Amino acid sequence: MRLRPGLVTDYRSDAGIFKSVTQRVWFVLLIVVAVYLGGGGSLGPVKFSPDIMILLVYALFASIGALGLNIITGMGGQISLGHAFFLGLGAYTAAILGGVEQTRAGAGGVTEVVIRGYGLDMLIWLPAAGIVAALAGLIVAPVATRLRGLYLAFVTVGLVFLGEHIFREAKTLTGGAGNGRPTAEHRMLGFRFDEGGEVFGLYLSKAQKLFFLALILLLVMGLAAKNLFRSRVGRALAAIRDRDIAAEMMGIPLARYKLIAFVISSFYAGIAGALFWAVVGRLTAEGFNFLLSIKYVAMILIGGVATVSGSIMGAFFITFLPKVVEWLASLPGLADYITKDPSGMINTFQLEQILFGLFIVGFLILEPMGLYGIWIRVRNYWKGWPFSY
Amino acid sequence: MRALRLHEVLPAGGESGRVILEVEDVHLSFAGVKAVDGVSFRVHTNELFAIIGPNGAGKTSIFNCISGVYRPQQGSIRFQGRDLLGVRPDRIAGLGIARTFQNIELFPQMTVLDNLMLGRHQHLNYGTLAAIARVGKASREEARNREVVEGIVEFLGLQPVRKSYVSMLPYGLQKRVELGRALAMAPQLLMLDEPVAGMNLEETEDMARFIHDIRWELGIGIILVEHEMRMVMDLADTVFALDFGRPIAVGTPSEIQNNPDVIRAYLGEEHGTAPAGGGAA
Repeated sequence: MRLRPGLVTDYRSDAGIFKSVTQRVWFVLLIVVAVYLGGGGSLGPVKFSPDIMILLVYALFASIGALGLNIITGMGGQISLGHAFFLGLGAYTAAILGGVEQTRAGAGGVTEVVIRGYGLDMLIWLPAAGIVAALAGLIVAPVATRLRGLYLAFVTVGLVFLGEHIFREAKTLTGGAGNGRPTAEHRMLGFRFDEGGEVFGLYLSKAQKLFFLALILLLVMGLAAKNLFRSRVGRALAAIRDRDIAAEMMGIPLARYKLIAFVISSFYAGIAGALFWAVVGRLTAEGFNFLLSIKYVAMILIGGVATVSGSIMGAFFITFLPKVVEWLASLPGLADYITKDPSGMINTFQLEQILFGLFIVGFLILEPMGLYGIWIRVRNYWKGWPFSY
Repeated sequence: MRALRLHEVLPAGGESGRVILEVEDVHLSFAGVKAVDGVSFRVHTNELFAIIGPNGAGKTSIFNCISGVYRPQQGSIRFQGRDLLGVRPDRIAGLGIARTFQNIELFPQMTVLDNLMLGRHQHLNYGTLAAIARVGKASREEARNREVVEGIVEFLGLQPVRKSYVSMLPYGLQKRVELGRALAMAPQLLMLDEPVAGMNLEETEDMARFIHDIRWELGIGIILVEHEMRMVMDLADTVFALDFGRPIAVGTPSEIQNNPDVIRAYLGEEHGTAPAGGGAA
């Protein structure tokens, strides 16, 4: 007996992530393409330049951060503008645990520690970064769960300024204002992600190794988020977002679930911050400002609120925006108007900021479901193709 | 395949005629406006208890007091012997009190199934970490509770729309989904706030049939707030009439229909002799 396509015969598969064979095949294909592209130089004819490779790595790590924001803001409906703070906490925790110590010779031959660093393994600093950020989320949550909407947004903005101040002033940990400190090293059980080398007989560059690390982590954390969204916790969060009073009368303790969302979201942010800035290589307090929070909000708005694939699309979009602007500036007709220095009509940085704002406004007005919404429409079109219904 | 009966998926009310809800001398006022003014009543298992009264009589306020949304300034509310005053709404829901709302309070961006599964929230017995990993228990619990939800879907005839987004459904169906969500909570006391308001005759008859069947199969306590008098008089065992927050009469439907105070409250002084039956406010 053959089952017709799309027929599910038990509740477990009906609640599955990939309901049809087609979806499963497409997902595997996507991973294969990603691996192929990541392998770039050594696996196939498509070669990315090193700076594109590193941008891909950034985009993958940013995706984890965007997922975190989507859990609290997209799924839970709690507008958080404090994401930069949690990203920063993760980045600094990782740098302190995984970075190298900097010392100088003090008076009387005693070596003084200028910047602390314990040089620990990634297996320690990565989870620790997530946990420290999650703990901070746990501490902030009781205040935040009493507020909602704009008030919560304001409080979380305050968190960013507080964080920036701490990151500037705790000099032995963060290197102080302007100077910054070295970051954690991507080194796990003796395997170095931060330099090129042979892996299973293939030569992989630093960026390629990091790409695969990022891809695996994103797969794991994306799956975790997807599972969360389709569980009782995800439903409870969505219920709180849509109608909190009714949710409470369905037996959902509001404060508890907002707290859970905050903690999980911060954990994701901590992990993303740690990994992202370890690739950057230098950590300065000024990086974790309000603009960074806005960037992440833009990612989920442009990508798609409360969706896993939307978070990833949004992170890629925002990460590659500067590159697109750079490419625009290199076009023959536009090169005179868009320049890297202030001599032209507009410089690339300004154009980037303008586009950034335009995209947020444009998506909010024209496609509130973001790139995800566009994808759904494209998919539905091809589902029915060549018919229009 | 055999049709599921409701009592196979949901717990019944137990021994008929046991007191489950005791409301005693409840007073609730908002800055001088007395919304509920000295209301007392009792609801039993396997009883359909109707609360009627003109608009603003305080019917929904009583529901909100029982659900824990409002805290009355005076009086006591006991459910199965437990004092409900000061208990958080989510805890009260957990004790076995479910309700629907006058203005539909479904989660519009979720499917019918997800709305019903939300009703199962407290029966889904797994934690956040299990939810993230979704192996073993979480997966089993989801499947087991989905079975309960499917039983309710079948009972309410929601099969064709189970995966539709609630916001896409017509009003009458939304009301039905909301009844389903309350049922999914497996309540011992079901509070229905105007379940047929704004419905046409056919939808009203369907809803009346569902309410009747729930009572027949489960024998739980049901409180019904409704303006549709024909339905109330047909279904209710006991009718409780309110006016401006004050209780004016309690009794069987026929007693209430002939009660001069009730007639006065609904139709005013000069119509004091007209019959109340059928005259919805």
